[in-house]
Amino acid sequence: MSKPPLIGRSLVRDLVPFGGRRAAKLVPRARGSGPMPWVIAIMIALTVMAAAAGLALGNLVNRASADLSSALTVQIVEANGERRAAQVERATELLRGDDAVASLRVVPPDELAELIAPWIGSGASGESIPIPSLIDVQLAGAANTAEVARLNALLVDDIPTARVDAQSDWLKPVYDALAALQYLALALIVLLAMTSAGAVWLAARSSFNNHRRTVEIVHLLGGTDRQIARIFQRAVTIDALLGGVVGLAFGTLAVLFIGNQFAALDSGMVAGGNLAVRDWIILAAIPVAGILLAMLTARITVMSALRRML
Amino acid sequence: MSDHAAEIVTFDNVGLRYGTEPEVLRDLSFTLFPGRFYFLTGASGAGKTSLLKLLYLAQRPSRGAIRMFGKDMITLPREQLPAFRRKLGVVFQDFRLVEHLSAFDNVALPLRVAGVRENDLAKPVRDMLEWVGLEHRIDAIPATMSGGEQQRVAIARAVIGRPALLIADEPTGNVDPDMAVKLLQLFERLNRLGTTVIVATHDINLLRQVPDSLIMRIHKGGLLDPTGALRFPPRPEPRPVDWEDDV
Repeated sequence: MSKPPLIGRSLVRDLVPFGGRRAAKLVPRARGSGPMPWVIAIMIALTVMAAAAGLALGNLVNRASADLSSALTVQIVEANGERRAAQVERATELLRGDDAVASLRVVPPDELAELIAPWIGSGASGESIPIPSLIDVQLAGAANTAEVARLNALLVDDIPTARVDAQSDWLKPVYDALAALQYLALALIVLLAMTSAGAVWLAARSSFNNHRRTVEIVHLLGGTDRQIARIFQRAVTIDALLGGVVGLAFGTLAVLFIGNQFAALDSGMVAGGNLAVRDWIILAAIPVAGILLAMLTARITVMSALRRML
Repeated sequence: MSDHAAEIVTFDNVGLRYGTEPEVLRDLSFTLFPGRFYFLTGASGAGKTSLLKLLYLAQRPSRGAIRMFGKDMITLPREQLPAFRRKLGVVFQDFRLVEHLSAFDNVALPLRVAGVRENDLAKPVRDMLEWVGLEHRIDAIPATMSGGEQQRVAIARAVIGRPALLIADEPTGNVDPDMAVKLLQLFERLNRLGTTVIVATHDINLLRQVPDSLIMRIHKGGLLDPTGALRFPPRPEPRPVDWEDDV
């Protein structure tokens, strides 16, 4: 029988935190074989799509607002064609003489007829149906309420049939609808984040319960809550990383596909909804946020379970 | 204060009940002094394992006071318990090995938890496994080991960190008599190096193997001897130890 080894006193302790692959061996897992990475991948893909839609809508509203923020439309609502033409001429004179006006354009009758053709047919003309004349006015500054009222007063003194409108006012219901869609996208993102956190919570709790015996052993050997939580956190992080990469790839492909479909519409307004570089960076950050959320959720889940143990 | 520092463990009027059940331990008052070797004996169901659970901090008492290493364990914040658990070595009755870890990794676990570097722990773990006769089973997982082998791994894990207090619950229950003597000699060796040892057993022959050991007898949840521990009568024949006493 040999002498028992003298062990322990010379060992350097508390230098290396218990973690990494050695600690991970305590909670064995078949990587990628469980549903967790796929659940996270679906959540990330849906979040990327919802975020892309929200960002695109935001861009669209911003672009349209910027284009229309200094634009006015002057209508000359006069049934008699000759008097209408004279009033248009007088209105352009008055507007050109105003310092606030940067440029203006009288909308040609052909263009007007084309604009109203969907409603009254292509045969309509100013002679058969009185159509107001329109003047597009671009201001040097913003077309705010005060400026609109001032120009309205300027014109109405000479031309009682003139009506001045800020173009952005016409699109306000559209902006409101787009803003509602943006809020919907945001709500979807919040719901997806909550669902993801819930899925991670369930998975972490299930994993903790499956390995409760090991956790108790590590606890009794002096393992701290943080050490044990880190082991579960690591497993969830790997799942979230796998899911995040796959989800981002699927989400990006979907966004590119839908973007191409909209681009094919060749609509000026839709073109304003293109994603900028900043938007792509935000989309790329979604998996990172997802991984952080998963890590935090796993940590809170395990720590709260550990607190119920001595 | 200085009185407390001289004692490793002090129980004062400790009682333990699980839920609303009657007390399984009652009115326990005793002291464990550093460097001593204690046996805890009693019939099955007398409360040995419950008492050990209090000692290895797996359970808080229902009443009474417990001081360990100079600290009040009743009021000690939960976050500070791991530091005290690292001063303990525990041999559980059911071994409590991590089923999917090899013998090496099971024995290395307390050192890893304590933050010992990988390079520093490989040799001690191999030496310890060699000493308990399991050098050829270093990569074996518990499911492939016999009960005796698992017990030896559990003992190796308990003693590798040179604990200040070694708590063993029926540590020789699954090994042959030769290995039982050998394991007890390991405990005694650690005891000589300063580790306080408490071994729960009902094997009367085992008690005779350690001279100067103290015996605590527990019956129906209470200690039979009011002072806590009694010196066991010296055994008649000398104890065989085949290494040089260098401590």
